[in-house]
Amino acid sequence: MKAIIAATIIGVILMFTGILVKEKKGMATFAAILFFLLLGVNIWELSTIDSNQPQTFFNNMIRIDRYAVWFNTLMTGCTLLYVLLSGREIQKVGAHTSDYFALISFMLVGLYMLAGYNNMLILFLGIEIISIPQYILAGSDKKNLKSSEASLKYFLMGAFSTGILLMGITLIYGATGSFDISQFTFLQADALNPMALCGIVFLIIAFSFKISAAPMHMWTPDVYDGAPTPFTAYMSTIVKSAAFIAFIKLFHISFGNLGNSWMMLIAIITAATLLVGNVTAVFQQSVKRMMAYSSIAQAGFMLFAIVALNATAWQGLMLYTVTYTVATMGVFAVLMKMKDYTYDGFNGLGKREPLLAFVTTIFLLSLAGIPLTGGFMAKYYVLVAAVEQGQVLWLVIFALLMAAISVYYYFRVITAMYFKQGSPELSSPVTPSDKMMLVVTAVIVILLGVAPQLILNFI
Amino acid sequence: MILTLLILIPLLAGIIGFAMSGTSAKTLALVGSLATLVVAIVISMGGDTSWSTPWIPRIGTNFSLATDGMSNMLCLLTAIVLPVVIIANWNKEVEKANSFYGLMMLSQAGLMGVFLAYDAFVFYIFWELALIPVYFLCSKWGGEKRVPVTFKFFIYTFVGSLMMLAGLIILSLQNPGLSSYSFESIKAAGAALDPATQQWVFWLIFIAFAIKMPIFPFHTWQPDTYEQSPTPVTIILSALMVKMGLFAVLRWLIPVLPEGVAFWSDTVVILSIIGIVYASLLAIVQTDIKRLVAYSSIAHMGLMSAVAFSDTTVGTHGIMVQMFNHGINITGMWIIVSMIENRWGTRDMTKMGGMATAAPKMAIALVIISLANIALPLTNGFIGEFMLFNGLFQSASPYHMIFMVVAGLGVILGAIYTLNMVQKVAYGETTEMISNKDITTNEYVGLAIVIVLIIFLGVYPKPLLDMTAAISGVVLP
Repeated sequence: MKAIIAATIIGVILMFTGILVKEKKGMATFAAILFFLLLGVNIWELSTIDSNQPQTFFNNMIRIDRYAVWFNTLMTGCTLLYVLLSGREIQKVGAHTSDYFALISFMLVGLYMLAGYNNMLILFLGIEIISIPQYILAGSDKKNLKSSEASLKYFLMGAFSTGILLMGITLIYGATGSFDISQFTFLQADALNPMALCGIVFLIIAFSFKISAAPMHMWTPDVYDGAPTPFTAYMSTIVKSAAFIAFIKLFHISFGNLGNSWMMLIAIITAATLLVGNVTAVFQQSVKRMMAYSSIAQAGFMLFAIVALNATAWQGLMLYTVTYTVATMGVFAVLMKMKDYTYDGFNGLGKREPLLAFVTTIFLLSLAGIPLTGGFMAKYYVLVAAVEQGQVLWLVIFALLMAAISVYYYFRVITAMYFKQGSPELSSPVTPSDKMMLVVTAVIVILLGVAPQLILNFI
Repeated sequence: MILTLLILIPLLAGIIGFAMSGTSAKTLALVGSLATLVVAIVISMGGDTSWSTPWIPRIGTNFSLATDGMSNMLCLLTAIVLPVVIIANWNKEVEKANSFYGLMMLSQAGLMGVFLAYDAFVFYIFWELALIPVYFLCSKWGGEKRVPVTFKFFIYTFVGSLMMLAGLIILSLQNPGLSSYSFESIKAAGAALDPATQQWVFWLIFIAFAIKMPIFPFHTWQPDTYEQSPTPVTIILSALMVKMGLFAVLRWLIPVLPEGVAFWSDTVVILSIIGIVYASLLAIVQTDIKRLVAYSSIAHMGLMSAVAFSDTTVGTHGIMVQMFNHGINITGMWIIVSMIENRWGTRDMTKMGGMATAAPKMAIALVIISLANIALPLTNGFIGEFMLFNGLFQSASPYHMIFMVVAGLGVILGAIYTLNMVQKVAYGETTEMISNKDITTNEYVGLAIVIVLIIFLGVYPKPLLDMTAAISGVVLP
C-alpha cells in the first residue's frame, strides 16, 4: 500500500517537473533517483510484512501478501535497471520526457494493484491503469507513422479486450454475487454453471490478450515493432509480468478447484502460443520483430505456471518474469544502440564492439535457456511445475522441442555478431556508463542462473 | 576437494586466456592442461574420492563430484589429449588465438565436469556447457560450410539434452518429499518405476546419449561436423565428446533404468550394429580423408555402444579399455590427417601418394596408428576389441551370435578402408606437395606420446585394466 501511494506521488511529481523545468537532460537521472526511492519504499514495505499475515486495505479490496510485495520490489528494481539502461534513449524519443517517466511510474501503480488485488474491481482498475499509459507511450514518437499506427492498433485491441474482461467479470458476478475473489470458492459445488464457465472463458480470452498468447497475439508484433524501442522494452517485460501475476492469482485462488473445466483450454492456448511464437520468430528479418515474437514464445513458457497451478508454479513464475525481464531489457538496450535493426545490421559486431556483443550473447543464451543463465533456471522451474502437476507431460515435451527451435533465432544474432563480416553502425556511441550498466545486467543474468535462491528465498 | 581442481584449472586458464595475447594464451593453455594432467594422474593413483557442497537446496541438487575407475580413466584421457592437441598444433597459425585457446580450455572444463558429476543436475549443466565452447570453436574457425553445419550439430544435441532434462526431472520428482538429483536417489527412483514407465523414460534420456555417441540413425550431424571443424576441435569432439555419450549410458542410464534398458537393449544393439556396417561401407567409398576417419569413428563407437547394451562384465570392462584406446588412437589419426592436409594442401586421397618416400617418419607414424585403429595384436586396440567381442558373444540376447558375426564384419571392413587409405597416402607415386617437410619437432612430440601409449598399452595393458576393473562389475547390477 505504501508503494502504491509512493508511486502515485512520484508520478505526479514527474508530471509537474515537466511543466516547471524545461531542461530535458537531467530528467533520466532525476527519474532514476525517484525510482530508487520507490525501491526503498518497497523494501520498507517488505520488511513490515509478515509472511503468514497478509495485510488488507479498502474493505478487503486489496490484500497484500509477501509474494506480492516481493514481486513489486523486484519489478521496481527492474524498472530502475531499465531507466538506468535506457534513460538516455527515452529522452531522445520525443519532447515530453518527464511525461514518459511519469507514465512509467503510473504503470507501476497499476502493477502494484495487479499484484495485490482481492477484488475484481481493483483487477479492472489495475489493468486499465497499466494499459492507458502504454497506449500513449506506443504513440509517443508522433512524427513516425508506424508509432502512431502501433498506438491506435494497441488502443483498439486493448479496449476490445478490456470489454471482454468486463463481460467476464460481470458474468462471474452474476454467478456468484460477489466481486471478492476469495469468495468464489463455492463455485466448486456447481462446476457446470454455464454463467460462471462463460465468465471464466471470457476472462481467459481477456488475459490472453494482455499477455499476448495465441490466438489473441495478433496485435503484438505490430505494436512492439512500431512503438519506440525503449518503450517496447518496457511493454514486453514489466507489463507482461504484471498481467501474468494477475492471471495466476485469479485462476489459482478463485478458479483453481474448477481446474478440470478450463485446464485443457489453457493447455491448448499454451501449445498454440509456443508454436506461433517460436515458428514465426524463425522467419523474421528484423531483430526487433524477432524479439516481439520471442516475447510471445516466452509467454508460452510462463503460461506453464497457470497450467500447473502449484507452489512450484508460483516460484517459477516469479523467477521467469524477473529473468525474462532482465535479459530482454538487456537485448533491447543493445538494440537501441544499433542503427540497423535487421540481422545483417549486427554483422561483425563482435569485432567492432566486443563487450556489446559479449553481453548480448549472454542475454540471448539466457532467453534460449542455456544452463548457468537465469533463463535456464526459470524454464526449469516452470517445467518442473508442469511435470509435478502430472497431466500435461505432452505439453512439456512439446515445449522442449519449441525451446530447441528458439535456439535457431536467438543464435542467428550470435552468428551475425561473431561469424559474419560487416561494419555495424551504431546510432549513438557506447559510453562507459552504458557499458557498466550492461555488464551489471549480464552479471544479474548469470547470478540468477547460478543462485536462483536469491529470489526464491524471499517469497 | 582435489577433484574441483580438474574443473577449476582449465576453467580459469580459459577465462584468463581470453584476456591475454595470442601466444601467451597458447602457453597458458599448455601449462594449464599439463597442470590438469598432473592432477588427473594424482587422482587416478589415489583411488576413489568424492566432494560435495550444497548448491541449490530448493531443488535438491548438490554440487557433487566423485570418481571411480571409469571417471578416472576418462579424466585421464581428457587430460592427456588436451596437451597433445596443443603441442601438435603449436606452429599452426590461428586467428584470434586467445579466444581459440580460451574456448579449448573451457571445453575441457566442461568435459571434466561431465565425467566427474555425481549429481544429475550438475551432470546436465556440464553436459550443456561442454557444448557451448565447441559451438563457438567450430563456427568461428571451421571450414567453408562451418556455420550451418555447426548449427545442425548444436540443434541436434540440444534437442537431445532437453529430452534428457525432461527425463531427469521426472526421475527427480519420484523422490518422496523434496526432489533430489543425487546419483543414489536418481538410481532408486528409476529402479522403483514400473517397467512400462521405464520403457518410455528410457528414450527421453537415451536420445541425448544416442545423438552424442552417435549411433545410427542419429549420426548425420557427425561426418559434416568433423569435416568442417578445425582439427584440434575435431580431436576434442571425436576423442572426448563422443565418450560423453557412452559414459552417460554406463553411468546414468544402465544402472538407473534397468527394466527399460532390458526391454530396449536388443533394439539399441541392432541399431549400433547397423551403424557399424553402414559407416564402414561409407568409409570405404570416401575420398576425403577426414570424412573417412569420421565414418571409422562411427563404426568404432557403434561397437562400443552395442556391447554396452549387451550386459556383460567382460564387455563393460572392454568398453572402459576401448574408450581410452580409441581416444588415443583417434587423436593420433587426426594429427596425422591434419599434417597430411598441411603437406598436400588437400584432403582428397586420390591426389596424394608417396608419403613413404617424401616424409618417411610421418609414414611410419601413419602405419602404426592405422594398425592400432584396426586392432592388430600388440597395439592397444587389440585388447579392447577382443574384450568387446568376448562380451558381445557372452551376451544373454538370443541373437548374440548374429550380432557378433555382423559386428565382426565391421572389423574386416575396417581393415579394408584403413589399409586402403594407408596404401593411397603412403605408397604409390609421389604427387605434388605444397611442402614436403617431414615431421616438425612439436608434431614429433605429440605423435610420440600417442605412439608410446599405443605400443605400451598394447604390450602391457594391465594398468588400464586394473584401473577400470572395479567399475565394470559395479555398473551392471
